[in-house]
Amino acid sequence: MATAKNRPAKQSDFHVKLARELPPLLDNMPLDFEAKDDWLATMRCDKGAILKLSKILSERFIFEHFSLVTAVDRLDKFELIYHITSYQNHCMLEIRVAVPKDDAKVPSVTPVWGGANWHEREAYDMMGIVFEGHPDPRRILLPQDYLYFPLRKDFNMEGE
Amino acid sequence: MAEMWINMGPQHPMTHGLWNLRVKVDGEVIVDAVPEIGYLHRGMEKLFENRTYTQIAPITDRLCYGSSFTWNHLYCLTAEKLMGLEIPERAKYIRVMAIEIQRIGNHLMWLGAYAADLGLLTGFIWALREREIFIDLMQSLSGSRLTYNYARIGGVAADLPTNFERDCLRAVDYFERKLPEHEALYGKSKIFLMRNEGVGILKREDAINLGVTGPVLRASNAKIDIRKENPYEVYDEIDFEPHCSDLCDCYGRYLVRMNEMKESCKIIRQTLKKMPAGPVRVKTPLEGAPGEAFGRVEDSRGEGMMYVIGDGTEKPYRLKVRSPLFVTLSAAKKMLVGYKLADVVAIMGSIDVCMGETDK
Repeated sequence: MATAKNRPAKQSDFHVKLARELPPLLDNMPLDFEAKDDWLATMRCDKGAILKLSKILSERFIFEHFSLVTAVDRLDKFELIYHITSYQNHCMLEIRVAVPKDDAKVPSVTPVWGGANWHEREAYDMMGIVFEGHPDPRRILLPQDYLYFPLRKDFNMEGE
Repeated sequence: MAEMWINMGPQHPMTHGLWNLRVKVDGEVIVDAVPEIGYLHRGMEKLFENRTYTQIAPITDRLCYGSSFTWNHLYCLTAEKLMGLEIPERAKYIRVMAIEIQRIGNHLMWLGAYAADLGLLTGFIWALREREIFIDLMQSLSGSRLTYNYARIGGVAADLPTNFERDCLRAVDYFERKLPEHEALYGKSKIFLMRNEGVGILKREDAINLGVTGPVLRASNAKIDIRKENPYEVYDEIDFEPHCSDLCDCYGRYLVRMNEMKESCKIIRQTLKKMPAGPVRVKTPLEGAPGEAFGRVEDSRGEGMMYVIGDGTEKPYRLKVRSPLFVTLSAAKKMLVGYKLADVVAIMGSIDVCMGETDK
């Protein structure tokens, strides 16, 4: 937690660069780019463009490290929240992707960041979101023949 | 020669817990490896969603028995960010000190297990002997030996007990005196060197792309430590140096952890010196504010991260855990392919496996 004496400046030069250069590369998709502090920035992305965005981020802006993908059940839709880090530019990007419940499929980013492999398998295992193009799309923590996706909010915890 | 699959686990001395490493061998050489996990899955994330913020804290200890305080602290840090709490300066110093005591304890547990894996039983007994001192320190702080539940949302459970500072300095002095003996035991052992040097090489680019963090990443010649990158608590006021090694092999990982223990001793001394007087805990609300927050710390094994979504009630809507070993284990294939079956024990031992946090 940043204390008053070491609270960093609001936005870094790298964030300004990202906010300026990203939209033209993505056909001017609305990104809602917002810098939270000099390190963290958040943005939105359409689910179809996530692989393209990943390639751009990895190759042009040197985001080397895939930290985390969180799948959230928002009742009316799923939401995927990617946390991607750039060690070199000292920046973390939070990318939100909305996934409709009746078509829960997203392109996999494992070809870009190998570290996403097991995170995506876990998101499938727990929430039932299918990652298209994943090299090993099996369940990871639960048995292969398990019938449910336990982190969905409608999962019956009392059994049948 | 015909290729065949061998199951190492779920019951195998190499696994340090319950998991299965399937290796495909051509004669003695490994050509493919598939780690299978999930044997210890307890549904932590679902448990978190159905408990109040206060009730979650003791379960986070169970994420890893070897390094329970770092997880306990990470949860409290994340919840404080969500609630917008500023904790007292003294509590921050106590937390940093406890994290480093825990880090030494965890690395010693790793060293002991690793030595036993490689047949050095003396190393195992010695490492556990030193670890006992640090467990005793944590016990005098919190009252329990492995699952401490010492961090609280808003500070720590209690102030330092009487004479803690004296005991802690004694322990650190003793440990710094003993560490060269350990280094001699391993560094001068021909067998240890033969089984480690040039084994399990993980190159820098591969390590970064596969999301590997912590001592394994630093042993692959990448000087990345979250304590320096994004200082949390009071790490920005403490003078220390993250160690890395350009060997990229099992021996490099051993060196990084040994040096890290020395740095931890330095950090403990500084925190005891700089610790201000004052309260150790603030009053906290029961409900988490609506919104999101995440905490990111350098766990003993790498980048530990928790992402919490609050909805204004007293239970979190979603709490996601990023376990460093979950990702490091997925890089096993890269480290194993091309080496002999007998090297599996050394390579998998060198990444410090803890199944509690991996399976959640």
